[in-house]
Amino acid sequence: MNRELEHATSTTNACKLCKPMGACLAFRGIEGAVPFLHGSQGCATYMRRYIISHFNEPMDIASSSLGEKHAIYGGGPNFRLGVKNVTEKYRPSLIGVATTCLTETIGDDVAGFVGEIRKKAGRVDGGPSIVHVLTPSYGGTHMEGFHAAVRATVEQLAEGGERGDRINMLPGFVSPADIRYLKEVLADFGAEATILPDLSDTLDGPALREYRKLPAGGTSIREIRSMGGSRATIEFGRTLEAHRTAGAFLAERFQVPNHRIGLPVGIRETDRFFAVIEDLSGRPTPERHAAERGRLVDSLVDGHKYIFGLRAVVYGEEDLVAGIVSSLAEFGVRPVLCASGGESGLLAGAVHALTEGLVDEPPIVRQGADFFDIGEEAEDLSPDIIIGHSKGYHLARRLGIPLLRVGFPIHDRIGGQRIVHLGYRGAQWLFDSLVNTVIAGRQASSPVGYGYY
Amino acid sequence: MESVIFKERADQIHRKGEQPFALTCDRESLAGAVSQRACVFCGSRVVLYPIADALHLVHGPIGCAAYTWDIRGALSSGPELHRLSFSTDLRERDVIFGGEEKLKKALYELIERYRPKAAFVYSTCIVGIIGDDLEAVSKGVAAETGIPVLPVQSEGFKGNKRAGYEAACKALSRLVGTGDTTGISPFSVNILGDFNLAGEIWIIRRYFERMGVQVVANITGDGRVDDIRRAHGAALNLVQCSGSTMELARIMKEKYGIPFHRVSYFGLEDMSEALYSVARFFKDDGIMRKTRELVRDELSVLMPELEKYRKDLEGRRAAIYVGGVFKAFSLVKAFRLLGMKVVMVGTQSGTRSDYEELERITDDGTIIVDDSNPLELSSFLMEKDVDIFVGGVKERPIAYKLGVAFCDHNHERKVALEGFEGMLNFVREVHSSVMSPVWRFAPRRNP
Repeated sequence: MNRELEHATSTTNACKLCKPMGACLAFRGIEGAVPFLHGSQGCATYMRRYIISHFNEPMDIASSSLGEKHAIYGGGPNFRLGVKNVTEKYRPSLIGVATTCLTETIGDDVAGFVGEIRKKAGRVDGGPSIVHVLTPSYGGTHMEGFHAAVRATVEQLAEGGERGDRINMLPGFVSPADIRYLKEVLADFGAEATILPDLSDTLDGPALREYRKLPAGGTSIREIRSMGGSRATIEFGRTLEAHRTAGAFLAERFQVPNHRIGLPVGIRETDRFFAVIEDLSGRPTPERHAAERGRLVDSLVDGHKYIFGLRAVVYGEEDLVAGIVSSLAEFGVRPVLCASGGESGLLAGAVHALTEGLVDEPPIVRQGADFFDIGEEAEDLSPDIIIGHSKGYHLARRLGIPLLRVGFPIHDRIGGQRIVHLGYRGAQWLFDSLVNTVIAGRQASSPVGYGYY
Repeated sequence: MESVIFKERADQIHRKGEQPFALTCDRESLAGAVSQRACVFCGSRVVLYPIADALHLVHGPIGCAAYTWDIRGALSSGPELHRLSFSTDLRERDVIFGGEEKLKKALYELIERYRPKAAFVYSTCIVGIIGDDLEAVSKGVAAETGIPVLPVQSEGFKGNKRAGYEAACKALSRLVGTGDTTGISPFSVNILGDFNLAGEIWIIRRYFERMGVQVVANITGDGRVDDIRRAHGAALNLVQCSGSTMELARIMKEKYGIPFHRVSYFGLEDMSEALYSVARFFKDDGIMRKTRELVRDELSVLMPELEKYRKDLEGRRAAIYVGGVFKAFSLVKAFRLLGMKVVMVGTQSGTRSDYEELERITDDGTIIVDDSNPLELSSFLMEKDVDIFVGGVKERPIAYKLGVAFCDHNHERKVALEGFEGMLNFVREVHSSVMSPVWRFAPRRNP
């Protein structure tokens, strides 16, 4: 089955987004921050539109709006003007600058620009902190951009200091509901944590009477500064570039021990997460979470027959794919194809580690895949269900099988920001959704129309 | 409260009646102002996108293609190649060594795979910088494959969306004039600037059919390469969305002597006038009679329906922020017909004469704005106590966050808003948002 896939020169229906997009999402999770793209106006507008369609929340991304003459003579003046204007109107506490392919290719020295601005601001008033990250679109997917922005934020803001009791929590790109869940877990353990970034309110806020220029919530700069003094870091992701993460930086620079574990999706990955917090907090898993796990296992038993042997195609961001595949293996579902547009080189290893012993046949793993590849390969594998973000809808429609929507983006359903993927709760949601999708399918195709399942 | 308006932008905002008309426009977006505008590439992409049997290959990094994949509700009655997203997905090594070889390979591969009638190759920001010669590559591939391969000079930074429209029109103009025009009626038109969102061009085509007027080419909604190639055989060009396709109309006038009319198919007044202008042009009694009948029949069905909604909507305040100004004109008139007040109207890319016309047709106190942003738009919504905001995806959360009703009038829409029946759909859209009970729970109406 593991035949070599001949990868086309072109990409058809990409299964990834661009690097600066990820950086903008990460910056949105910092309190009082304005994401700022150094490039042409279109990048900011396209990304805003794409993000808004998922979260249904305002998403202001500033741009240096470079024109032709800036592309020739350099984008410095417009960059400075843009930063000045954002500072004046938004009064942000931080401006998160991400570069684009245009400014990387013309060779703008953004670090230099920022240095100058910092130097000047230092002499007048505080002004916003500026964090900058290099994110040419041709240099990786949105996930590389996301992690690079988190790393840049920590590199440029975190300070050392006396070792405190706090825990740094680097969750990666998860939903606002996931972050709320993590906060609940950490609070139940009595653990004080800095979650970076924190999208729980900034991309899922309440209805307002007055428009807020900057959404409430996000990780505060004060907290980020003190991350160097935390007692430990928990960083999610099995497919991260080991030495280039924020957790790795904090360990190297401030000797904060880094616990890198997989995204806690499914039972075993969540168990590992809880084990780490038990260890760090010195407390056993609080009863309500143990009970949540207990109910989850109970429900797996209740529903296992409906989905045993089901053949699933899973795609999306590498770490989410790994987590979902791990869950499926636990549920008795057979992941037959795991694909991502990402190219960390680590997905296959993660998938095999997480499915070993639970599945008879290891799933096919494709990195650097697009939806053309996924479609070609899926057709031969006769899957029963597809699990991934909403860009797989066309494929599901063509194959006539259901798509269970997870991750980002979900552009054809409401409530993507409210999906809990993580923890026992997320596993419960995934299991219930899977089983119910299968039952609904059987009902729809049954000539009888059974009322009990 | 400190003003949300940048001093550099103060002259891009006009309050009718409070000062003599003066509005600056057609200016580069202010850095840091969070403009709602997109880029040159976006302009080209939206115009050419609906041509359903052409290959649309974006030569650039992945973002530009990913964010425009199946983005428009531009329907096709046949092939749907336009709904796929193709990219050369440039990487670092391509940026260093040049992307021409990759482009060439990608073109051969995709033309072989899909057998399109033509291929459009879109240039993006970095392609403009690394200097790939799209013209040469396209020429070579066209000669080899026998289909037209048309480079679109749409580097994102080389102006704004309007420059992208022009680049698209230039690419289209290379197709026009290459097809056989035999059998085309003397009473014939091309429909320019309609993108068949939610099947709108089919509504308009049915009207022309009823009038006895032949439509030669849809440019570009439900568009086909072969139709566009023979578009120069039509007697008249009808240009809607003048910003996007006017350049093509101009080129065709110059080259083939085809006159054009500016039209809009939104709202009863503009829709009727569009049909009458065609009937008048052909100076044919039969066509004029059929047009009168058509308009009368449609209105007699529609007016009683509209009345049902009018009582709920009369007196409500509307705000409009759209890409092109032709839509704004029609919306102002449509709201007036419903007895609603337009208190704010703006566009991303209007011209001086566009805004003069807007100022003429709006009431005193109306805010007219060019190239606005979320901070301004939200403050205008509050200041004018707006009941419904009409815009696109980027405007929607601004309205919703503040508890303001919203009507999607963008290129993603699923409901046909053009034509007589489109007016009814539009009113229903507005009504279904304005009359929802949910606003009662929003803080704005629930102190």
